Amino acid sequence: MNSQLIFKLVALALLACVPLTGDSFYTELLAKTLILGIFAMSLDLLVGFTGLVSFGHAAYFGIAAYTVALLSPGYEAGNLWLLLFASVACSALAALFVGIFVLRTKGIYFIMVTLAFAQLAFFIFHDTPLGGGSDGVYVNVKPSASIGGWVPFDLDTQAHLYYFVLVLLVLVYLFLSRILQSQFGRVLVGVKSNEHRMQSMGYKTFGYKLGAFTLAGGLAGVAGFLYAIVFGFVTPELLSWHQSGNVLLMVILGGMGNLIGVVAGAFAFISMQEIFASWTKHWQLVMGGVIVAAVLFLPGGLAAIPGRIKRALQGGGNDE
Amino acid sequence: MDFASFLIQTLNSLQYGLLLFLVASGLTLVFGIMGIINLAHGSFYMIGAYLAFVLSSATGSLYMAILLGVPLSLAFGALLEWAFFSHLYKRDHLEQVLMTYGLILIFEELRSLLVGDDVHGVEIPALFSGSIPLSDVLSYPVYRLVVSAVCIVLAIALYYVIQRTRLGMMIRAGNHDRTMVEALGININMIYRVVFALGFALAALAGMLASPISSVFPNMGSHVLIISFVIVVIGGIGSVWGALVAALIVGFADTFGKVLVPEISGMVVYIVMAAVLLWRPEGIFKKG
Repeated sequence: MNSQLIFKLVALALLACVPLTGDSFYTELLAKTLILGIFAMSLDLLVGFTGLVSFGHAAYFGIAAYTVALLSPGYEAGNLWLLLFASVACSALAALFVGIFVLRTKGIYFIMVTLAFAQLAFFIFHDTPLGGGSDGVYVNVKPSASIGGWVPFDLDTQAHLYYFVLVLLVLVYLFLSRILQSQFGRVLVGVKSNEHRMQSMGYKTFGYKLGAFTLAGGLAGVAGFLYAIVFGFVTPELLSWHQSGNVLLMVILGGMGNLIGVVAGAFAFISMQEIFASWTKHWQLVMGGVIVAAVLFLPGGLAAIPGRIKRALQGGGNDE
Repeated sequence: MDFASFLIQTLNSLQYGLLLFLVASGLTLVFGIMGIINLAHGSFYMIGAYLAFVLSSATGSLYMAILLGVPLSLAFGALLEWAFFSHLYKRDHLEQVLMTYGLILIFEELRSLLVGDDVHGVEIPALFSGSIPLSDVLSYPVYRLVVSAVCIVLAIALYYVIQRTRLGMMIRAGNHDRTMVEALGININMIYRVVFALGFALAALAGMLASPISSVFPNMGSHVLIISFVIVVIGGIGSVWGALVAALIVGFADTFGKVLVPEISGMVVYIVMAAVLLWRPEGIFKKG
């Protein structure tokens, strides 16, 4: 337990050092990774803890990003806190609405229906004048963090922006850990292992699942909000099903049901993407090969590797 | 909308819906019988279209391309089942999603490496390249009628195979209760391979038939995949009959949506799906 805490603090300290290097490329890349880490944690609440495989999670990421872009005043700075609230609220509401439909289904249906609703959201931004079509929309000026005239930090400074992302990552992590220890979280885990048993114990599981779906949508909104602010432009691609596939990949790569693991999954994903892309234009071929190989040969994801090594060292053989 | 253009849109809806049925029927069988969610099914459609392009450029005719392409697809489908999908039967849906997602990336990049990223046209065979005049200004291309006719013949053949043959009996039994079928001494793995190869070939054939109409282009499979998902959801998993009805509903909704409400045409199909989900969460033709 203690060694885990030390590990987390060391990782956090290392992450906090990144802007000190002054390398703007890697600082931005890491900011992107951390944002995807938040996104992956939000999906992990569904996939890893509640057992709901959503294949349309990018919708809530994208809806929040579009909310930031559409609510930002054209050429002046919007209010950061208002935008954060509005974008998370929009994502959570969208998730609540979609959840009412999709949670009526199970298993394969659930996967397909979440995908279909995400595709619906994609077309809303892609086809209607609202979202600026396939070119997307820009956030011209970074929002101001002003609270009643006092400005605690300035998002035009890259280091400040990075720390803002890092702090939100830590907050989302602490929030989710807290939730998972609460009665609500325990019911979700119960739903994952046996929904019928939870129902026969008197829990109205639909309400809990809807709560989890809405919460996950809202937290994906935090990630989408940050993405829009850090990168300053928003396209329908953010809602595409490739994005949903990639985040699912991060969750599985990191080992689902493990919040730190899925953030590591986001790191692994971005690293692979960068490395493969530096080798070849056809990096997706390598990525696809890695994915297929991982499913065939590495059930349990990266998070299962320490356990496997431990078991191998203890000479327990492969008794999985 | 006057009668001639209404007729044209109706024929287009039928043709689109029937083509989608070819793709969705394989998808729903693979879902229903093997319990596998196959995201790469759209890639099979893409592979078929590119096969039609490559083979018809090489041989000079679409007939030859289809004649060669269908056995190739059957063989390739069986090979894929052996190499990848046969490992997925006892895994959970998440791992199936992941592996088939990886396969999409591989297929798209291989397509890019082998054929490139350009859009290509495929020529309509000379015999069917004409049009039937419907009014003074409007006419309807013969090739689209031929596609519809081929799809109808295939749908009837599929119905016959599943309802009237020994193989079909085993497929239906596998759809119902896998363990029981195995206990009766039927080689279920063989049935899986046959069904998978059949599904692959149907999707690829749909791609081949569609190639002269839509031309062939990168990522052409992903749209078809998601629409096929919608069809399977509306029709009910494992129901070929449901897939046919749902494919026609989607064909009409999409085609008439584009004419009547062009601003939101991309969304019409999904709205239909949402309505069906509220009414019957497990599809119109839920089995059992």
